[in-house]
Amino acid sequence: MSTVLREHHTVKALTEACCSRCTHRAATPCADYVRCRREGPICHQDAGCSAVLAGARAAANHALAVPIIYLGAGTCGLASGMDKVIPALRGFLAEHDLDVAMKEVGCFGLCHREPMLDIKKPGRPRVCFDGVDVKKALAIAERYLLNDDIPAELAMGVIPTPDADPDAPEFAALPDLYTLPVLARQRRTVLKHCGLIDPDSLSEYLARGGYAALEKALAAGDDGQSVLDHVLQSGLRGRGGGGFPTGRKWQLTRQQTPTPKYLVCNADEGDPGAFMDRSVLEGDPHRVIEGMLLGALAIGASYGYIYCRAEYPLAIKRLEHSIEELERVGLLGDNILGSGFSFHLKLKQGAGAFVCGEETALLASIEGKRGMPRVRPPYPAQSGLWGQPTCINNVETFANVSSIVAEGGAAFASVGTERSKGTKVFALTGTVKNSGLVEVPMGITLREVVFEVGGGILEDRPFKAVQIGGPSGGCIPDQLMDTPVDYDSLIAVGAMMGSGGLVVMDERTCMVDLARFFMEFIRNESCGKCIPCREGTTRMLEILERIVRPAGGESPRETVERFKSVTLLEELAPVIRDTSLCGLGQTAPNPVLSTLRYFRDEYEAHVFERRCPAGACRALLTFHIVAEKCKGCTLCARQCPTGAIWGAPKQTHIIDQDKCVHCGACQDVCKFDAVSAQ
Amino acid sequence: MTTHVCECASAVERIVRAFPSGRREALIPLLQAVQEEFGYLPQDALRAIARHLNLPAAKVFGVATFYNQFRLKPVGAHTIRVCRGTACHVRGSKQLLDAVADHLGVTPGETTADGEFTLETVACIGACSIAPVVMVDGDFHGAVKSNAVAKLLEPYREK
Repeated sequence: MSTVLREHHTVKALTEACCSRCTHRAATPCADYVRCRREGPICHQDAGCSAVLAGARAAANHALAVPIIYLGAGTCGLASGMDKVIPALRGFLAEHDLDVAMKEVGCFGLCHREPMLDIKKPGRPRVCFDGVDVKKALAIAERYLLNDDIPAELAMGVIPTPDADPDAPEFAALPDLYTLPVLARQRRTVLKHCGLIDPDSLSEYLARGGYAALEKALAAGDDGQSVLDHVLQSGLRGRGGGGFPTGRKWQLTRQQTPTPKYLVCNADEGDPGAFMDRSVLEGDPHRVIEGMLLGALAIGASYGYIYCRAEYPLAIKRLEHSIEELERVGLLGDNILGSGFSFHLKLKQGAGAFVCGEETALLASIEGKRGMPRVRPPYPAQSGLWGQPTCINNVETFANVSSIVAEGGAAFASVGTERSKGTKVFALTGTVKNSGLVEVPMGITLREVVFEVGGGILEDRPFKAVQIGGPSGGCIPDQLMDTPVDYDSLIAVGAMMGSGGLVVMDERTCMVDLARFFMEFIRNESCGKCIPCREGTTRMLEILERIVRPAGGESPRETVERFKSVTLLEELAPVIRDTSLCGLGQTAPNPVLSTLRYFRDEYEAHVFERRCPAGACRALLTFHIVAEKCKGCTLCARQCPTGAIWGAPKQTHIIDQDKCVHCGACQDVCKFDAVSAQ
Repeated sequence: MTTHVCECASAVERIVRAFPSGRREALIPLLQAVQEEFGYLPQDALRAIARHLNLPAAKVFGVATFYNQFRLKPVGAHTIRVCRGTACHVRGSKQLLDAVADHLGVTPGETTADGEFTLETVACIGACSIAPVVMVDGDFHGAVKSNAVAKLLEPYREK
């Protein structure tokens, strides 16, 4: 957002007309508008107009005559402190009267290195700096902008640019960012522009070949048949979790005769631990919208909705801005580029219900109802929004379409495995070194993702498992980490691709507690319409809570119930799976089943030995104060909520086990590591 | 629940009139607009919305209570949201939530007696790489430690 350039540098935006001879407006569209932005002027020859457009293209491609500061202003960048860096830099530039452009860009994916800032000087590559706080930002600005001294020891690497000499000796010490281990194994299609371009600028997207696929599809004059053929040939499968072939879904909707038809983008990314869609929407919203336009053309839809979580305010802001700009230049609305094809796009904000990720619940929510799923068939392709044919795809699915149409279905199908084509974006989180957003080719193994791209486990602790697919997915233990990332292999090991959350866990994560965590989530998010899900998840949660509750004080009956708990879980799970109404309920037992399958010993340790091997279930731990380490600072005694700790100042303290409620507050506050838990 | 016939009536009327009448798909955006204005959904506003959309009040209440976003009670001056997503959970957000709840003396969903803070949990904010995350009003705070809660909240108390 907001290129802060001085008046005399202000060039026309690439979206604007070169002169009065250009007749393109939303109401009087020109079929060559998009190509004219890239190669024009087309309808007339004029050196002045060529210069205007060339200047606009150069500006959109960041070939400016002044330095540019790129600010990582995605949610994670802002949260890590970029919000404080931006005003500080503004102040610095004003104070020294420096002529520098500032660009806010989306997330580059290296969230663990945020806040990130890049500086590009004319004719030079982009130099990237990570972990930038106000002090570091000012130091960088002073050295590189004021004194032209490249602060190499503060930099992470460089991103090559077309106008820069790749062999310039002054940058020889800095690695190309794309050769770093975290990026070398990635293949970025969906994330191609994320973090590199200004997401609020349609001009920048157009200058990089944006909407060329749409123009090509409209010029074919076949009502979107060629788009459908490319998508069918590409083998693209739904990236929201289920993996249904996108081309077949589109074909089914295209075959329906009633009009109007609707196209819906599911941006209700509700899986805890997943933020792929947020980053794409924040970093490159036009890629998603172009995919939707192509989809609408292929199925014959004239109206569309993007259903985005209200928890993503920045993504919503960027989408609203993009839609408005597209309507202004006539790439959304009636008679797009004079082709006769019309598409009206609206943004709908979710209201915080996980179940709305299910397609029929999402449609109910758009209609203004409670987001409850309904029985299928009829499928939305036959009867969706207001009973009309409707097609619903995920953000990442749409983000793949423009490159499929531009480069052809075969090119897309050349990446990946036999039944899973292309790339997949993952949100790599948990106790992994390089947490962030990664895009890898299908077929790469989980081990490669976690240990090569992800750089391994924080503090080099032993790896335990990776959770994939969110509340519907499963945990994959070390011995199965060579499983390739593809839809079918993951289902075979009891997990699923899901939308792309990949949470890495080390030895300190308790798998019973994790199962309990997911079950609590699903119990809370169950819409309550069908009994197996509403009651079943509540029962499963009760059983899991019985396993992790404090030892001691049980009645004999409660002890018997605890002993039966694993058997009961295994009895309940298939009933919930087989009889629930929607995908949320049918997959609800997965986190329990997969942890039982691979970490049964942990369940048994909890149930029979009343012990948590990971040391995470505090209710099962006994806290002691190690006399040799205790300095008698009294901090723990003051923190203890039940007054279970006593001892005089500067004397060793003692925990009264009868009063202890196992909250662990003493361990959290102790500065001398004197509280041990067993 | 308190009834608001008072100063908010005209504001509700103004918001409601910006939406087309009788169109059910306007219900959720309308509820969002009203909550944006008041911080919660006053009962009278729900009735006004029902009249405007020509819906039974029960349907409006049904939707307002179904979605996590909507609140039927006034909130404190500051809203604290502790993220309970998977990545945050793995990095200790349960203990963090307990620490915030202890510090304020409320359970999630409640407002402190002095009306300063409302404590809420959120399923996932999507800032997983800086887990565990606490959001106070619009500000994100990453990698928050349980023992740093008091220090984190103090500046808001003064605002």
